[in-house]
Amino acid sequence: MDRPPLGTLPELREALDAGRTSSAELVGAALERAGSLGARLGAFVHLRERAALAEAEAADARRKAGRLRSALDGIPVAVKDNFSQAGEPVECASRILEGYVAPFDATAVERLSQAGAVIVGRTNMDEFAMGSSTENSARGPARNPWDLARVPGGSSGGSAAAVAAGIVPVAFGSDTGGSIRQPAACCGVVGLKPTYGRVSRHGLVAFASSLDQIGPFARTAADAAAALAAVAGHDPRDSTSLPDPVPDYAADLSGDVSSLVVGLPREYFVEEGVDPGVLARVREAVETLQAAGAKVRELSLPHTRHAVAVYYLIATAEASSNLARFDGIRYGRRAVGATRLRELYERSRSEGFGAEVKRRILLGTYVLSAGYYDAYYRKAQQVRTLLRRDFEAAFSRCDVIATPTTTDPAFRLGENVKDPLSMYLSDVYTVAAPLAGIPGVSIPCGFVGGLPVGLQLLGPPLAEGTLLRVADAYQRLTRHHLARPPEAAA
Amino acid sequence: MSAHPHPDYEVVIGLETHVHMKTRTKLFCGCEVKYGDEPNHHTCPTCLALPGALPVLNEQAVDFALRAALAAGAEIRPSSIFARKNYFYPDLPKGYQISQYEEPYCTGGSVEIEANGATRRVRLTRIHMEEDAGKSVHAGGDSLVDLNRAGTPLLEIVTEPDLRSAEEAGAYLRTLQSILRYLDVSDVDLEHGHFRCDVNVSLRPHGETRYGTRAELKNLNSFRFIKEAIEAETARQADVLDAGGTVQQCTLRYDPKTRTTSVMRLKEDAHDYRYFPDPDLIPLAIDEARIARARAAVPELPAARRARFQQEYGLSAEDAATTTSSWTGSVFFEAAAKEHGDGRTVVKWFLRDVAHALKEQQLELEDAQRQFTAGALARLIRLVDQGRITAAVARELLPELVRSGGDPETLVAARGLETLSDAGALEQAVDAVLAENAAMVARIRAGEDKLVNALMGQVMRRTQGKADPGAVRAILARKLAGR
Repeated sequence: MDRPPLGTLPELREALDAGRTSSAELVGAALERAGSLGARLGAFVHLRERAALAEAEAADARRKAGRLRSALDGIPVAVKDNFSQAGEPVECASRILEGYVAPFDATAVERLSQAGAVIVGRTNMDEFAMGSSTENSARGPARNPWDLARVPGGSSGGSAAAVAAGIVPVAFGSDTGGSIRQPAACCGVVGLKPTYGRVSRHGLVAFASSLDQIGPFARTAADAAAALAAVAGHDPRDSTSLPDPVPDYAADLSGDVSSLVVGLPREYFVEEGVDPGVLARVREAVETLQAAGAKVRELSLPHTRHAVAVYYLIATAEASSNLARFDGIRYGRRAVGATRLRELYERSRSEGFGAEVKRRILLGTYVLSAGYYDAYYRKAQQVRTLLRRDFEAAFSRCDVIATPTTTDPAFRLGENVKDPLSMYLSDVYTVAAPLAGIPGVSIPCGFVGGLPVGLQLLGPPLAEGTLLRVADAYQRLTRHHLARPPEAAA
Repeated sequence: MSAHPHPDYEVVIGLETHVHMKTRTKLFCGCEVKYGDEPNHHTCPTCLALPGALPVLNEQAVDFALRAALAAGAEIRPSSIFARKNYFYPDLPKGYQISQYEEPYCTGGSVEIEANGATRRVRLTRIHMEEDAGKSVHAGGDSLVDLNRAGTPLLEIVTEPDLRSAEEAGAYLRTLQSILRYLDVSDVDLEHGHFRCDVNVSLRPHGETRYGTRAELKNLNSFRFIKEAIEAETARQADVLDAGGTVQQCTLRYDPKTRTTSVMRLKEDAHDYRYFPDPDLIPLAIDEARIARARAAVPELPAARRARFQQEYGLSAEDAATTTSSWTGSVFFEAAAKEHGDGRTVVKWFLRDVAHALKEQQLELEDAQRQFTAGALARLIRLVDQGRITAAVARELLPELVRSGGDPETLVAARGLETLSDAGALEQAVDAVLAENAAMVARIRAGEDKLVNALMGQVMRRTQGKADPGAVRAILARKLAGR
């Protein structure tokens, strides 16, 4: 039998404070659940059994001594397999990083340790974060706790599934084109992609450097706020990190949306190509906010239709260069028996990378090549500027923008693998935010056919506090986030 | 192969010079820039390109680069971009080099050179910052990679096609070397690979205004090779043109053993480096305050100092050029000249006798000046001027002074090296020498005047160089005349 699911942070803290449980017990339960239910879900690629328990005991000692470090002290959490952690295998669910053990901590990992959080394991993902289903993993696919025949979304599917299944209350992922928000929607949890530069990328294995951003998964907006607070903030080791101070997100959760203006971009509510049930749930969610006093304003983001094309040009271009370092020379997988340098490169990379990664490296190499750069990469950067201006104009008229997170609920495993283009097109609602560098959150807003639907809220740069306040207010008014997937109820 | 301009063609040369900046740490990480240590000792996640590592720009490198730009009178851009130059090689850990491409931190500027007795202004296209690669070592069947050098900050200084001979190219490089040393941004130490040059060469008939097709000589690392390679390539292209052929745009290597150039790759095989702005680095913003700080760190440059030394200290053009060829030398000379008061006297001692003593002691002025001060040199010369010691004694003292330092007056007093001018003692010494050299005395009296110098020398030796040479000469003359 599986251990019961872990509760939210306030529930866990209350139990800890009352002495009804200990960090060691919570971490033990998380590890146990990760090993049983987690294995059925393909949620984890690596568990830190011994180290996590030792860290939990240290946290218990701190609690006893009254020297707690933060709201996350002693809490079991999980990180995606693309976070560097000293002494741990960091493989990005890729064969090419087989056997690589990182010698340094990502800033996010370092800050989690400083906060006392206990990283129990590393979660499954699409190889190098390229995908929307967590099927492109060298370690096998992850599954959706609401229906094991369906994908959990991706690329941070393991983190989303682990939180949805109650294995950990908080997990971290990375979002490049929707890799936090989309799996959060598919798994019925909160997933927050912060403003570009809000969380340091130092130690996050790069997919597309100008888009990648670390963010948390949790069941409640309040937990996501605590998780974000632990990792956000300026880091001199990341030149693109923002210097702005981190506000007290938890203190901003007033539940008040009475003066809020919610923008509804008409380009995101076109009925064609969208599950009508998804649109209905999102409209209901907007009505809920309206009933709580928020004003709704329709507006336009005119360049939206170019976002997917721009995203796949820029993300693949950057990826083709970022992934050049995986060459079999210094670490990771090296082809056996190669006698010439070129052969060593070709075979190591051919054997080490999966099909989707190869496809994107090829695309990106093409996009940057002489004669095509202006037509593709430079043009894409220009349209990216237009997309950013769309949002600037929109946020002069509203506080947050509400849209669906995905066009459909989670699809079946294997359903889209043969058709990469339709997989790319399913990112239509999530790619614009990273292109504009703005924050976005997906929160559960109901179900279609027993599968969760996500409401996406987008805000202007550094408006994480507003997004969390609206998400929290919505969760105070609804119970969708309290539903447990059948798999996790056990 | 001729060192002179080709009779039928004008040679057109442009140079791309890469110099190591002498920053304490690498361009994008905190690893020390240091040579000669164990391979891969000075490395970290960033310069090893471990997954997740990020670059952070070295601000000292920017300040050094600014100094170089200001010295060349280049235009500094308020915002510039670092780009990725993508290619695969084992000593390039990231699979790309971070360099500046479309928007370098400065453009334009020039370097004034003197060649073949004329002054010319060589225009610069641009200067940009970039990182160096590591080093591949091929040993037996193995290839080994040392990444100590990977990430070392470089300046790439690119000229317009303004040079017209190997001599001018050489003069440009020596001038550049001296300027960069004055600026203290690079040691331009050729032996340690601080310096590499790509040379573009093309020919055109005299009088033609369009440029011919150029060939690029890659990776030359000594002034001599550059000169030879230009000469060899000039001869090769002239042969092609003389035979009615056309020069192909290509990249060449120079083989110093055979003194020939050979094609590495033709234009159509050129790498596609897929340059694009590095998204890990934000645009480099340079404001006026920073430029002003850099400007304050630009010292008087060699050409200006040369002219000033001629004017202020009355040095000859040649002495001024030699004195200012190194920053340390020029500073040392000037301090000694100021202390002593007569630059023309000091320059003789400095360029001849100090140089000789340093060579004898196998010391560089940079090291010797820790114990041997310009003040000591000035005081030593003044002792000679005052007749308190002879020039010979001063020369004898110099090797010891450059090696161990010390105050000349104290040394002279402690060892009793003052000039011997006591008439009685000098007469005695001369008499002894004359007595020992009766045959020579006879020959002198028979008209062989030159032999007097030999007797002088003997008297000086007898007095350990302390004898006042004027007095000795007078006594000798008197005694030889039989008085």
